[in-house]
Amino acid sequence: MLRPFALHRPRTAEEACELLARLGEDAAPYAGGTELLLLMKLGLLRPRHLVDVKRVAGFDDIADGARLTIGASVTHRTVERSAVVRARCPLLASVARHIANVRVRNVGTVGGNLAFADPHSDLATLFLALDASVELVSPRGRRELTLAEFVRGPWETARAADELLTSVRLAPWPASTAAAFVKFGVHERPTLGIAVALRLDGSGTGRARVVDARVVVGCVNPCPARAPGAEARLTGIALADLEDVAGEAAALAAASADTADDLHGSADYKREMVAVFVRRALRVAAARARGLPPGAGFPHAIIA
Amino acid sequence: MDASAAREPIRLVVNGRARDLAVEPHALLLDVLRDDLDLKGAKRSCDSQVCGACTVLVDGLAVSACTYLAVEADGRSILTVEGLAEGESLHPVQRAFVDAGAVQCGFCTPGMLLTTRALLDDNPAPTREDVLHYLRGSLCRCTGYRKIVEAILAAARARGQASAPARVE
Repeated sequence: MLRPFALHRPRTAEEACELLARLGEDAAPYAGGTELLLLMKLGLLRPRHLVDVKRVAGFDDIADGARLTIGASVTHRTVERSAVVRARCPLLASVARHIANVRVRNVGTVGGNLAFADPHSDLATLFLALDASVELVSPRGRRELTLAEFVRGPWETARAADELLTSVRLAPWPASTAAAFVKFGVHERPTLGIAVALRLDGSGTGRARVVDARVVVGCVNPCPARAPGAEARLTGIALADLEDVAGEAAALAAASADTADDLHGSADYKREMVAVFVRRALRVAAARARGLPPGAGFPHAIIA
Repeated sequence: MDASAAREPIRLVVNGRARDLAVEPHALLLDVLRDDLDLKGAKRSCDSQVCGACTVLVDGLAVSACTYLAVEADGRSILTVEGLAEGESLHPVQRAFVDAGAVQCGFCTPGMLLTTRALLDDNPAPTREDVLHYLRGSLCRCTGYRKIVEAILAAARARGQASAPARVE
């Protein structure tokens, strides 16, 4: 059961921000409701006003340009099926295909997912690896934050009460980039999410070198976090040497993970799984760079 | 009371029939279907979009009615399990579930049937992997899923034989 609230449906971002500014703590932005309504049912959030952003002009657009821009109220289903996303950033389309379940993907939105800042968010983990940023709008104007600046901690973002997330933006890495997203777990939300992206200086031959690397660990940290030690270890190596280096990079990623005990497992267990799945994600990425299928699947894991 | 309790008129189509209703903003589609329209097929179970027992189709897309505001259904078409059969004859998906023995206690069955309907409308020839992917978050605690998956694949085959011209692959 939900407690009563008033529902507002602004048509412009300005109108929405004005409502949020006027209603203050009593209001919450609302899009798909797949996270917000659950917390309201539990009584953990009790907003007396919901500001529906789904009718705000432009919020449901996907725009291609120098960067790919995905509006805040675009659903996961739309991302999964978007021809533009598939062409420009196929890994994003693939990750969207595996978010939660089909019912959540049909109504849940990209902006809602990021603004909710659940530490188990697949999208936040992936977007951190893709150097994405988010745009926020408020009565004071617009500003753009990197994902690391935006997501500050578990369920905590840099969004001010009268600010709205309008879109996420990213400049896709070249098609030759070796990338993979692997998540693992038996609960509804993943226990672990790993995103890796290796930018190569040539096509996927053994001679190609890694010129830039991203290794991002999601779910087990307070918020998704890059693993700088692992990234540094991978940068500069030849793709042909990845198999030899992967274990070392994975150990560095595990060492930098800020794990805690919870119902997904102990801190030590999660750290061990970080090492296992970073290694596996790197192998999948390397296989893809060579034009090969990812190889065998892993129990209780999804490869996107 | 403040303005939050004001009812809002909505117009929707439920199982092919136009309905004009007045609902509160916080009313959930599941409660409106079950309590106002007396359609008890969709079940409240987990109440948090993880189990699939309350699945209905909104404009053809599977949605958890337990976490979907009724006002969002304004102007849309809703299909519940009560709207699947055509008169006395079962929908082919229902037929396949019966034939495969894919029903035990039946609590998850309305959601499974509607999820299958949405899958086959979207992808008429799914692989086993496609079916398993689509069924993530549709929980059954009796069957072990084997017969549900068999039923869905059988429904797809039956549908292909009934409607599609021979395909050259």
